[in-house]
Amino acid sequence: MVSKNQIAEMYRQIYTIREFEARCVKLYRSGDIRGYFHPYTGEEAVAVGVCSALREDDYITSTHRGHGHFIAKGAQLDRMVAELFGKETGYCGGMGGSMHISDISLGNLGANGIVGGGISHGVGAALGASIRGEDRVAVVFCSDGATNNGVFSESLNLAAIWNLPVIIVIENNHYAVSTPIEKMSRSGKLYQRAEGYGVEASNVDGNDVLSVYAKAKSAVELCSCGKGPIVIEADTYRHAGHHVNDPGTYMPTDVLNEYKQRDPVIIAKKYFLERGGTQTEIDAINSEIDSEINSAIDFAITSPEPSLENFLQIVELS
Amino acid sequence: MSGTRIIMYREALNEALREEMESDPSVFCMGVGIAERGGSYKVTEGLLDQFGPKRVIDTPIAEASITGVGVGAALTGMRPVVEILFVDFTLLIMDQLINQAAKMRFMSGGGSRVPFVLRTQGGIGNGLAAQHSQSLEAIFYHTPGLKLVMPSTARDAKGLLKSAIRDDEPVVFLEHKLLYKTEGEVPESDFSIPIGKGDVKRRGRDVTLIAWSNMIPKALDASKELSAEGIDVEIIDPRTLVPLDKELILESVSKTEHVVIVQEAVRRGGVASDIASIIMEEAFDYLDAPVRIVAGKNTAIPFNLNLEQSCIPSKEDIKGAVRQVLYSEKGVNHGLC
Repeated sequence: MVSKNQIAEMYRQIYTIREFEARCVKLYRSGDIRGYFHPYTGEEAVAVGVCSALREDDYITSTHRGHGHFIAKGAQLDRMVAELFGKETGYCGGMGGSMHISDISLGNLGANGIVGGGISHGVGAALGASIRGEDRVAVVFCSDGATNNGVFSESLNLAAIWNLPVIIVIENNHYAVSTPIEKMSRSGKLYQRAEGYGVEASNVDGNDVLSVYAKAKSAVELCSCGKGPIVIEADTYRHAGHHVNDPGTYMPTDVLNEYKQRDPVIIAKKYFLERGGTQTEIDAINSEIDSEINSAIDFAITSPEPSLENFLQIVELS
Repeated sequence: MSGTRIIMYREALNEALREEMESDPSVFCMGVGIAERGGSYKVTEGLLDQFGPKRVIDTPIAEASITGVGVGAALTGMRPVVEILFVDFTLLIMDQLINQAAKMRFMSGGGSRVPFVLRTQGGIGNGLAAQHSQSLEAIFYHTPGLKLVMPSTARDAKGLLKSAIRDDEPVVFLEHKLLYKTEGEVPESDFSIPIGKGDVKRRGRDVTLIAWSNMIPKALDASKELSAEGIDVEIIDPRTLVPLDKELILESVSKTEHVVIVQEAVRRGGVASDIASIIMEEAFDYLDAPVRIVAGKNTAIPFNLNLEQSCIPSKEDIKGAVRQVLYSEKGVNHGLC
């Protein structure tokens, strides 16, 4: 049974991701943040449910829609906003931006601008850990779109033949950019592909943080006793288009509304209240996060631009 | 010679892998048929017996993902050596190599390192046709974030592979299929050769002949015959194309004042053209004749053996180009126009 404190922490992270994205989207619209920005809004329970089952030294590989993964894996908000601003104090010194944010010391091998690009990295991290004899798992976050890329099948097979502690989390938000997965997959049940590779797989309500957490926890346990890899397909939905500038008009309003009825924030809050939490406590968490985000934004705004000198030192031009 | 012995290029590579695996437990090898079979060219022979299946790993034919697995392992503290059977097959791994491995350190602002070696081999064999005979170094040369090593001798192969494995950046280590059985002197003792240092394969006064990989033996043959004509050729083998030992090249050019560059790869957009442009920009005043490039024809490699040979530089082509750059100095036109 997940305790009140545990669900409070999960709620806190889900709310953090929600507000982080909302505030940063505003900064995007005001021109402070540029480039491609793919909000995780609506999918928060997947990252939080999965990462709540991980240890600090476990690995994740992330995607172009990766802010939520990194926050759930322990990122500092100030360095995240600073990276979205392209500032020197950002996680990547302003050189990566939203799509490439990473920090190996926190176990995040990186967001990735290439759909499916990080899947094999997770397998490699798990392989390395297994060679070193360490008990760690690697979680690969990937999208429904990535499952139709060859590297998904290749990497799943590699993890399978080597029995690696890899958990592939398919975040099925039903759209590859604007293309519905229902048109790109005959069965629509993406996790079933794993069966052909001899890999245990199942699906879960990706908006329900406790369901996701339970699946992830069991997957981590299976991996730890050599029964990996495991595939989890989490059903979820974006609350908006593919990126900030995509109005997402192709997303049917009735479906979107159904998913919004099952909003990850509302569900997590409900679980918290069921365990004796109060609205006053929720308000306190919210206001604490709001002020943390305010400080993070101030930090980013007042941080210096990266220097050309430092950039050239890093790339060591030859 | 004392302190050295004659071994094959492939044996030298094998020694490098073995020694690095012995000294560093984070080094491991993976690739198609490298463990139980010992590799298509026997480079990894015996490693499975010594290091076991955890560190000498046979993989499925899934080039893109095994490369990505190497990248992921490298990001998290390992030193993988991934073998791709033919350079032609590296076209399947370009996302992992160019979008991922080459850019990780850069995209992370220096926080991520990819100490990853991609071993592969290229060039013509003996009728292996268009998809198993290419020389694709220009692709890697063009990509910021990759180092590129192309050894021509057993000694260079061993010394440079050891350095490549110890390097903290991704290194493309491009062998040549026709060099695996060539023999050369290799020190008995532990040694390595720094990446970025070229080598003078033959000292000479009259012309600087720049070549690498399997064009080196051809250049040496050509230079022997040219010496009978009184032409003293200096052969520069950059050994690593990225970083390129510009100083060594420019020093030689300033001495000989004549340059011929030889590459097996197709002419268009090749490394030779870039080296020529560097020489033009940085040593123009030394030149007594235009730089000449002897390169492969701009074509795929045909299966027929005669046609195959016609597509890559021959010894005669090299000799002809050397005579041209020297005679043009004397105002003699040997068909340059």
